[in-house]
Amino acid sequence: MAYLPNLIFGLMLVGALALFVRNINRIRKNIALGRPMDRNDQKAARWKNMARIALGQSKMVTKPIAGLLHIVVYIGFLFINIELLEIVLDGLLGSHRLFAPILGNFYNVLIAAFEWFALGVLVVVVIFWCRRNVLRIQRFCKAEMQGWPKWDADLILYFEVLLMSLFLLMNATDLSLQLRGVEAYPQVGSFPISQILLPLFEGLPTPTLMSLERTFWWMHIVGIFGFLNYLYYSKHLHILLAFPNTYFANLAPKGAFANNPVVTQEVKLMLDPNADPYATPVNDTAANQKFGASEVTDLHWVQLINAYTCTECGRCTSQCPANLTGKKLSPRKIMMDTRDRLTEVAAHLRQTKSTEITDGKQLLGDYITPEELWACTSCNACVEACPVDIDPLSIIMDMRQYLVMEQSAAPTALNNMMGNIENNGAPWPFNSQDRMQWTQL
Amino acid sequence: MEVPTVAAMVAAGKKPEIVFWVGCAGSFDERAKKITKAFIKILSQCQVSYAVLGTEESCTGDPAKRAGNEFLFQMQALANIELLNAYEITRIVTACPHCFNTLKNEYPSLGGNYTVIHHTQLLKQLLEEGKLVLEGDQFKGKKITYHDPCYLGRANQVYEAPRSLIQKLDAELVEMKNCKAKGLCCGAGGAQMFKEPEKGKQDINIRRTEEALETSPDIIAAACPFCNTMLTDGVKNKEKSEQIQVKDIAELIAEAQDL
Ligand code: SF4
Ligand code: SF4
Repeated sequence: MAYLPNLIFGLMLVGALALFVRNINRIRKNIALGRPMDRNDQKAARWKNMARIALGQSKMVTKPIAGLLHIVVYIGFLFINIELLEIVLDGLLGSHRLFAPILGNFYNVLIAAFEWFALGVLVVVVIFWCRRNVLRIQRFCKAEMQGWPKWDADLILYFEVLLMSLFLLMNATDLSLQLRGVEAYPQVGSFPISQILLPLFEGLPTPTLMSLERTFWWMHIVGIFGFLNYLYYSKHLHILLAFPNTYFANLAPKGAFANNPVVTQEVKLMLDPNADPYATPVNDTAANQKFGASEVTDLHWVQLINAYTCTECGRCTSQCPANLTGKKLSPRKIMMDTRDRLTEVAAHLRQTKSTEITDGKQLLGDYITPEELWACTSCNACVEACPVDIDPLSIIMDMRQYLVMEQSAAPTALNNMMGNIENNGAPWPFNSQDRMQWTQL
Repeated sequence: MEVPTVAAMVAAGKKPEIVFWVGCAGSFDERAKKITKAFIKILSQCQVSYAVLGTEESCTGDPAKRAGNEFLFQMQALANIELLNAYEITRIVTACPHCFNTLKNEYPSLGGNYTVIHHTQLLKQLLEEGKLVLEGDQFKGKKITYHDPCYLGRANQVYEAPRSLIQKLDAELVEMKNCKAKGLCCGAGGAQMFKEPEKGKQDINIRRTEEALETSPDIIAAACPFCNTMLTDGVKNKEKSEQIQVKDIAELIAEAQDL
């Protein structure tokens, strides 16, 4: 019986981790539904990109207030996770503050630091909540943020308030017991913040206090297990995916759009005067390849990991010239739609145990409309603004390519422009022989 | 105006050091032609060994690619590359950021490898080499705000060359609240130039013009023929054409030289 708590704890730990691993595997599988894309070159530059942008938060601070506040939460989160190691070991071994005797005085410093961080996180999270719910900063309140995304954003904040409060309450009750000289609670640690809470527990009998301490301890760790598995359903997934996402980001100049090699093959064949026009294409892929994207499975895997990494911060949309002038296009929505459709497709494929998508829906039309796609100026403001190096523009361009090359569904004006290029080598109906006329004026 | 063509030079057994890629706007658009001429005047004045492709030049394919027609883009690109490679061209300068971006970033993987620079970069270089000397003070005390073209700035990180030229004019460079990496698009890119905008509250060029007007400039400097058109229309829309000019940097330099 004495080992019952250890056993329960062990089972919960294993359960939480198993669920987490299942979720991560699902995400990996979903991302693997994308087309191949080689992003294994320039390893040194990739590590640097990740260190600078994900670890170093360099793009977060382009908005200084939000950036600095976010850094407090980010560092706090990383740090307090060290404490988690002790909590897990205590839970498994039935010990209490296992590291205290090993670390000696340094333990006091650590615990004090954790408490300061916890306070910092609490304060910032309250500010974050106010930015969303009191100040109602525009980018948090756009159309695509209604419903679940709004809930998700707030829930994360509530979760963090809860976890930090439990952490401080757990310490406060512990300290209170230490001061009473209760045997199981040797005097260790330094509690600059939670000591403020001491008066709350003054009058309580020691046994009550002990069960309170245990309750807070358990609630805190259970909360963390819960949060860990909430990630899968939430934009909070960015805390993990920001790292691979920045590693695999596009490192080429932003203006360089990839050239499709299958098209090159076909065009070369056409331009070659010796080619037999009736010959079958060199290989089957040329004949079968669908141009552009109408479904998430037409996108490459980096675009899909982009979608799962999106934090829904809306920095992209707040810089988008189309969105700013009231067009339907929102680059954030492009990413959210891609993610939601991918999750839907993956669940559908799991259910039907098939590789064919037969749910009668697709990304183009059911999620993203041509009107949104045609509003984009390809200005790269969204790509520049994204703190985790997401590229909504590449998805927009791939979908335009599908509209034009597979459906001939360009707006009439653009068809005219392309007709002009085809016929006289300029987007306007001018004769190419007149290209030098300007010299005569 | 005497403008050497690559074909004529090659026929005479010579080769230009650099090809001036005029671009479709620079060749056909009434407003942009003036920019082309201003730039040509500077090139001749500085005795740069240059030539244009003339009637052999064809659209780089940028608007086709941004509109989603990869096929048409590559048709244009491969034909242009064949021409450039046949003339063994190694350096290209252009006054259009869209041509600049496409030639520089999208031609190499199709077999077109050239050193491509934007005209503001060449002008800066000429100044540094002492070949271009700016005298006089036409612009002294004038307020100039500079609009970053997306395909020059964000797309290719060229922010300083155009600004350093404006500063050399002895003018006061005033920045808009959204500038450099945060510069707001003029609304023309991504083939928008050739179509009507989608339904919305405002046109993008009007919004950008408003941002420019906030700096109460005498001149709005542009470095792209499409931005130029968009901002000129914007200024007209705000009924400020009398007070505020929209000028390409090459035009400003040519004016400063009394060319
Ligand atoms: S590239 Fe397109 S989606 Fe991105 S900010 Fe510019 S207009 Fe908006
Ligand atoms: S794409 Fe980037 S900038 Fe846009 S909402 Fe997602 S994380 Fe934020």
